[in-house]
Amino acid sequence: MASELIMKYMREEHLPHIWCPGCGHGILMRDVAQAVKNLGIDQEKVCLVSGIGCASRAAGYMDFQTMHTTHGRAIAFATGVKMARPDLEVIVIAGDGDVAAIGGNHLIHAARRNIGITVIVFNNDIYGMTGGQYSPTTPTGEFGTTAPYGNIDRPFDIAVLAAAAGASYVAKGTAYHAQQTIKLIEDGLRHKGFSLIDCAGICATYYGRKNKKGSAVDMMKYQRDNTITFEQAKTMSREERSGKFILGKLVEDDFPEFSDEYQKIIDRLKEAKK
Amino acid sequence: MKNRVLMQGNEAVVEGAIKAGMRFFAGYPITPSTEIAEQSAVRLPQVGGHFIQMEDEIGSMAAVIGASAVGTKSMTATSGPGFSLKQENIGYACMTEIPVVIVDVQRSGPSTGLPTSPSQSDVMQARWGTHGDHSIIAISPSSVSECYNLIIRAFNLAEKYRTPVIFLMDEIVGHLREGIEFDDEAEVEIIERKMKQRPDTLHLPYHVCEGDDVPRFHLTGYDIRYNITGLAHGPDGFPTNNNEVAGQLVTRLMKKIENNIDDIVEVEEKFCDDAETVIVCYGGTKRSVMSAVEELRAKGKKVGYFRPITIWPFPEKQLSALPKSVKNIIVAEHNYGQILLEVERVIKDRKIGFVGKVDGTVITPSEIVKAVEEVK
Repeated sequence: MASELIMKYMREEHLPHIWCPGCGHGILMRDVAQAVKNLGIDQEKVCLVSGIGCASRAAGYMDFQTMHTTHGRAIAFATGVKMARPDLEVIVIAGDGDVAAIGGNHLIHAARRNIGITVIVFNNDIYGMTGGQYSPTTPTGEFGTTAPYGNIDRPFDIAVLAAAAGASYVAKGTAYHAQQTIKLIEDGLRHKGFSLIDCAGICATYYGRKNKKGSAVDMMKYQRDNTITFEQAKTMSREERSGKFILGKLVEDDFPEFSDEYQKIIDRLKEAKK
Repeated sequence: MKNRVLMQGNEAVVEGAIKAGMRFFAGYPITPSTEIAEQSAVRLPQVGGHFIQMEDEIGSMAAVIGASAVGTKSMTATSGPGFSLKQENIGYACMTEIPVVIVDVQRSGPSTGLPTSPSQSDVMQARWGTHGDHSIIAISPSSVSECYNLIIRAFNLAEKYRTPVIFLMDEIVGHLREGIEFDDEAEVEIIERKMKQRPDTLHLPYHVCEGDDVPRFHLTGYDIRYNITGLAHGPDGFPTNNNEVAGQLVTRLMKKIENNIDDIVEVEEKFCDDAETVIVCYGGTKRSVMSAVEELRAKGKKVGYFRPITIWPFPEKQLSALPKSVKNIIVAEHNYGQILLEVERVIKDRKIGFVGKVDGTVITPSEIVKAVEEVK
């Protein structure tokens, strides 16, 4: 029988999910559900918005108000939702291609505005849904179906990108470190402004196979043995950091939240009218 | 109380939209529609609504759909290049049946074109701009007071038929300033979205009740949780690969408009009853045509005009019903012949002439007079 968590937060009739065996997305989706449960957030008040890609399919499985939108645009849709209904807990689940390539502009501007939505990136360094093309997070030198001679692009670090754009909460989790990642998502949900948790997933089917990373279990073990903290990363050279995953918080700061600031304008105008 | 003020077309759109219940606007600066964003930024917080300037046109379109999905009447405004960028998400609104109003103040193109010059060259983009088969409603105002009245109608039709409605303006009307009378006591029909009531269909967001053409709303964010997707979906709102269900969905999206043409389509006809020549025009072009027709009537010429107020669906029934006296039709529009194609499709037994302009200048009354006088 399914666990209590699944019964409550997943749409059982739409399971099993379409993700490949060994995919990290199922673990990350469970982490999101667990974080919502731990915080006791009213299920009716959660609006989950996603775009297009493997990660975005989570919207169909999770039992919240869900909107499965267009490629890259989830954050922009979520911005409209949050402005119209600031009382909702607005969560975006997005993949690396979705949020950092086609949707990169929405990401940086939502971070700059500090609008109160929580973005959880299921980052597997590849376009999985379309069959393994290199993404903006695929490391240089790795392979994809559109990088048959090795990727010459330099990858984004989505967390560093969001932080540079002004996000007030930024963290990195991994599929392997579920307990820590749940905690990081909880803190992101609790955070008042824009928050982003960049979670390293695992794509054994495309990324793993194309780059000879072994089985899903091998990739999971690699993630376990090669995860460092931001503090450790600071002391390492670029070469030493290559191939490492980071776990922890990069930014946790307090800036005015956008919809709150807008409400102040409405209140001020109302007051002036009296 | 009656109140007569001088107002610009773009400003009247905002006042009408607020009257219709608009409480969210997302936009991006672009000539010649920018005043709509500026005025929304001023007016919306005054009525407890929200304005946001998004990072781009695509994001603006996404944000208005998001806001409408959680129950807030929403609008965006743009012009040619921005209208092109909005197309993908307009398709999303068609597929998910989220009511939104998109104002396109047309300017000269293609590409950046002549940003401050009038044009009507987005007529076909309004109909076919987003990919896939879909229905659409487009309305074109000819005066400042019509900007006010017809934007209310645009919101009403969007809510009633759960569809994006394109408010197809042009630079002529957008930047026109003229007197407009507001009457506080006048009754204005405002249509609100129909809500689900039958408990057995509450969990089926896209179930259509008997006698309805569109699913009733159950708002995201309230007591029932459901899914919205741009993928083909059944009444339960979840993705499906079932060809029969997908076919039924697209058919219903087409039929909900096609089956209600009499409710949706509006035209204006003047002096057509005994006319030998009828000029087909819309939007700002009507103003030159009206002037030309008056001049020609004074000379004893039997001329009238036919104006689609609803551009899409095209008023083919009304156009076909022109009296037998009409021997010639002249289409006047600020493009290379877009509505002309529709007129040619509908009218088979009369001579059809054309007056078009693509250089960013306005068709003058004398150019229309000349075209009518040259008809053999």
